[in-house]
Parts: sequence; structure tokens; C-alpha cells
Amino acid sequence: MKRIYAREDLCLGCRLCEIHCLVAHSKSRRIISAMTREKGQITPRCKVEESGQVTFALQCRHCEHARCLEACMTGAITRDPATGVVLHNADKCVGCWMCLMSCPVGAIQRGREGHVASKCDLCQGEAAPVCVANCPNEALLFEDREERKK
Amino acid sequence: MRKWLVEPDFILTRDPDRCINCQVCVRQCANDVHVHDEEADLVQSDSEKCVGCHRCAALCPTQAISIEKASLEFRPNGNWTADRIRAVYKQAEGGGILLSGMGNDQTLPVLWDHMVLNASQVTNPSIDPLREPMELVTYLGRKPDRLELNRDANGKVSLATELAPQLRLETPIMFSAMSYGSISYNASFSLARAAQAAGTFANTGEGGLHKDFRPYAKNLIVQVASGRFGVDPDYLNVAAAVEIKIGQGAKPGIGGHLPAEKVDAQVSATRMIPERTDALSPAPHHDIYSIEDLRQLIYGIKEATQYTKPVCVKISAVHNVAAIASGAVRAGADIVAIDGFRGGTGAAPTVIRDNVGIPIELALAAVDARLRDEGIRHQASIVAAGSFRSSADVIKAIALGADAVYIGTAALVAMGCHLCQKCYTGKCNWGIATQDPMLTKRLNADVATRRLSNLLRGWSLEIKEMLGGMGINAIESLRGNREHLRGIALSDRDLNILGIKAAGE
Ligand code: SF4
Ligand code: SF4
Ligand code: SF4
Ligand code: SF4
Repeated sequence: MKRIYAREDLCLGCRLCEIHCLVAHSKSRRIISAMTREKGQITPRCKVEESGQVTFALQCRHCEHARCLEACMTGAITRDPATGVVLHNADKCVGCWMCLMSCPVGAIQRGREGHVASKCDLCQGEAAPVCVANCPNEALLFEDREERKK
Repeated sequence: MRKWLVEPDFILTRDPDRCINCQVCVRQCANDVHVHDEEADLVQSDSEKCVGCHRCAALCPTQAISIEKASLEFRPNGNWTADRIRAVYKQAEGGGILLSGMGNDQTLPVLWDHMVLNASQVTNPSIDPLREPMELVTYLGRKPDRLELNRDANGKVSLATELAPQLRLETPIMFSAMSYGSISYNASFSLARAAQAAGTFANTGEGGLHKDFRPYAKNLIVQVASGRFGVDPDYLNVAAAVEIKIGQGAKPGIGGHLPAEKVDAQVSATRMIPERTDALSPAPHHDIYSIEDLRQLIYGIKEATQYTKPVCVKISAVHNVAAIASGAVRAGADIVAIDGFRGGTGAAPTVIRDNVGIPIELALAAVDARLRDEGIRHQASIVAAGSFRSSADVIKAIALGADAVYIGTAALVAMGCHLCQKCYTGKCNWGIATQDPMLTKRLNADVATRRLSNLLRGWSLEIKEMLGGMGINAIESLRGNREHLRGIALSDRDLNILGIKAAGE
């Protein structure tokens, strides 16, 4: 499947990916409203990790063997059988943070939306993930590397 | 002491209705203009340090930033303009030579803007480049005095004359000399790759050839400048051609200076000089004080490369450029590159950048005419340089007599340069003229290569359109064809030197 890959050698640490992710998951979907009025209630699913000069954006890897999915006791985390995308349903989430603890890359966060987890959904419904589309330095790639390996 | 007389060049304002406090600008400005006040949770700016590079504004996701020229007006004075007054303030503070990057920014007339092209009407049909082949291929190098042919027993004709080595360009546009060191690894890499993709050439400048760029050497011209940085037999032999740099349009008569801060391990290895030392290239080549000396170096390089590649001599456009170019051709140059006074640089004394040298338009016309008069025009190709801003400038230069042009500033602009003229500070916010790893990674070489390739493609298509309009199907037929140019609002003397008629004639 197509996944997002970060190029830390090109990431500026500008955090525009985070901002656009937040906007894409807001109610208004308008940047100024989302980043002011709604800001405290939405979690950017993408997180820029920073250590010294190295920065890169981290999102859910949509793992083939998704530990979060195995750990989730309420069935809030599922895999879309058609696309392989690992999805989180906030309505079923009870905020036990089992997924947070089991994610090997730390891609799941405690959501600002309520007592629920929050994770990347690869921007369902968008033509391309908005973090990828808005990265000013093409430091995020959305591609199918398994296909390439085959 | 506070530099209280140095006034800001720009005033930066942030629209509070639009700013979302995201701090993208804070993270982008290498000049530390923007700061985030944690307590107030507000982004604020100190305009005084702003160089007007637009990096922050380009990345601000809400277009909240506007940057204007500081409107601290002096009493109007046609003589003592604000720039001149401010330069005196700056100099009185520091006492040194004022430096600038990029080319001459003064308002002297740009003669390209006083020349117009011809088009066919009725009697000489124009050509549609989308329907008919249009040839931009250009060969640079010495052409033979005459062609001799062999005819074998079957009447088959073949060429008897041995041709001198030539550079084949798919389009008559090359990238000017820009050294690795003055520009970043990614910028150099992008120029080399774009040149290869477009079938043209990039020029290493005087900074040597990074080992990673060797695979692109077939599309690289290497430079031998007065500092001889990075020059060894291998350097000369891997390249497509060798250029002896005598002068640079932005700073005729003076050498180069790459500050020690920019000489990191990679730059030091490439230039073959110690790390963190100033790379100073002397004003003259200390082994060239005459045309005869130049001839020795040209032939030294030809010997070292077994006469397999053209040798170019690059000179800046100065008062007697035609005589100098003629001397260079007689000394054995296969290509003469002339760099006009608007050519760019990474660092030059502002006073030299803005006051020394002559316009490329006049220099080019004078050199082409002189070489023709002397019957040696075919012995060398002419490459014009010094601020080609559009395909129109390029095609006008070819009509004036250039075989090809070098573009430097336009290539940098294609990669994102905003002409803030601060290349010499090493803090290029666009990741081009810097070696700071936090800044160099801002230039994605894949993106820059694509943008450079797009520029070459776009200009080439436009040149074809203009050629077609003139009823010409090969750039060869336009070369030196000044009948296709007319001058507007030029003096008789200018027209005379340019060798063109006035519009209406
Ligand atoms: S938008 Fe791109 S460059 Fe900026 S932080 Fe995200 S991944 Fe890095
Ligand atoms: S793909 Fe969409 S949801 Fe996932 S991190 Fe990027 S912007 Fe956010
Ligand atoms: S120097 Fe450039 S990035 Fe910094 S504030 Fe000025 S325009 Fe913005
Ligand atoms: S980048 Fe724009 S929106 Fe973000 S803090 Fe700066 S001015 Fe405000």
C-alpha cells in the first residue's frame, strides 16, 4: 500500500505538515478558524520530531501487523480491508491508551477532541495526504515501496 | 555601541486577523527577525534585521506577513538619494568596504529593453514550431577556416578537414560559473543534473569539482581561475571543457574571497585547501601578464587534455573588451565568454559591482564586430553572460552575435533566490548561497533540478516561438543576424556600436 515516508535530510522542521493536518481534521476546515477557535480541540495527527539539527514528520505507519489494532479492546481500531489503512473510530474509543503504549513508533496521541486517542487516517477522502501535499520541501513522500520491491 | 544611524531596509507587518501564531516564520528566518514571546504567546518581529528575502512570507500558511520598503523618507534629493546616505552611515559605523551579493542593481538603462525583434508578415511566411522542426542545437568551439572534402571512387563525399573539439548544446543556454562553496552542495548538484537532463552545460566555477559531481562531468565545464582551486590533471580531463577565468562581470579587476566559515570539510577537500581558511583568489593570474602568457596557459591546458576539449577564456566586459577578446582568440581560445557588468557574484565590494565594467549588449556587439572585421570570428565561439532575465534577452543576444549565453542569476532565481543580495553573509534563507547544514537542506535537489529543467525548457520553447515568428527554423540562421533587431530610444552612437538600425528604419 501507499505509505508516507519522511526524508529527514530535507525536513525543515517548519511544522506546516502539522498545521495542515490539524486544519484537515477540523470542523471548519479553514486554516484561521481551525488554528484559533478550534485549536485546543483538534490534534494534528502528524508530529514533527526534533533532535538537534534533525527533524522529521512522523505519522502512523499503517503497519501490516498493527500492534495498536491488536491491543484495542473495544474494536475502535480497524483496518480498511480494501485499502489497508488502519483507522480509529473515536466513538468506540474509551481512552485506555493501550494503542498509545503498543505503537512501536509513537504515532498515536491522546486526542484533544475528548478522552480519546487520535491517529493519522491518511486523510481519507482527500486526493493525497495533506501533510505530503503541503510540505514545502517535498520532505514527505507518499508512495508504494512494496510495489517497487516486487 | 548601538548602530543607531543604520536604519532598517524593510518594515515587516503581520496582519493580526490572519496570523495564527504557528511560528513557521520564526523557524524559517535565519536572521532571527521573528521571535515567539512565550508568555504572551505572540509572534513578534524585529524588522531591522530583515533582508527582504521573503522566506517567511512564502511559507506563512495564512499570508499574514507583508514586507515593505521602510518608508523613512529623507528630504527629497536627486543627488543624495536614500541609498547613498545610508551607505555613508553604514561605512561611518564600520569603516570597511561595503559588500554586496548578486549583480549591479543600479538603474542604468538595460539595452535589451531598448531592442525589439522582427516578425514575418506576408512576404516571408512565419513558421509554426509546433508543426515544423525547429533547431536550437548549438556547437561551441573553433570552426575550421575552410572545409575540404574527399570524394571516393563511387562519388561518395566525406569530410577531409579535421574538426576541432566542440561542445554540443541542445539549447543555447548554459549555467554560469558558480562555485561549490559559494553555493551549496544541493545547488551545485542541481545545476549539474539539470544541465545533463537538458543536454547543456553547467560550470563549476573556481571551486573545484566535488567527487560526487564527477558522474555529471560530461556536462560540466571546469574553471581554472587565479586561485587554481581544485585543479589537477584529472579535474581537467574529466570535464567537457576547461574555462580560464580572467574576470567576472560583477567585479572586474579583482579576485574572489570565500570566507573561512564557508570552507567546511567538503569544500576544503574539493578546493584542495585547508579547512576553515579563507579561499582567496588573486586579482590577476600571477602567471598571466600578457596575451603571450595567456597563450601559454591555454596551450598548457590543451596539452594536458590532449587537444580533446575546447578551452574557453572568460573575461569581464570592460572598456577595450573587443581588443582583449581578439587577443584571447589569437592566443588560442576556442570559446570566449564575456561577462557584462550586471553579472552576479557571491560577494563583491558594492562600489565595484555598481561602477565597474560595461553592459553586455555593447560588449557583445563590439566583440562580434571586431572578430568579424579581423576575419577570426569563426576561430572562437562567443558566450555572453551578465544577467539574462528572459528568453527574449537570450534571443536578442544571439541576434547580436552570441553563440550561446550563460545564465547565473536566472538559474538561482529558478531555485528560489529572491535577490536579497546577502549571499556573502552565508545565511541564505533559501539554502542556496550557504554551507550551514540547517539552511542547505532547505533546497531539495530534486525540486531544484526540476525547476531548472523547467526553466530551460520554457525558455527554449519561447525561443522557438520567436524564431518561428521571424520565419527562421534554426538558431544558426539568427546568429549575428542583426537585421532582426531594431533599437528604440537609443542614440545614434549606441545604434552604431550595437550595429542595429532604429525601429522604423
Ligand atoms: S512540512 Fe515538510 S519540511 Fe515542514 S516539518 Fe513537515 S515534513 Fe518537515
Ligand atoms: S496523512 Fe493526513 S491524517 Fe495522516 S498525518 Fe498526514 S495529514 Fe495527518
Ligand atoms: S530576512 Fe527573510 S525570512 Fe527573515 S524576516 Fe526578512 S524576509 Fe522574512
Ligand atoms: S508564519 Fe504567518 S501565521 Fe505563522 S506565526 Fe508567522 S506570521 Fe503568523
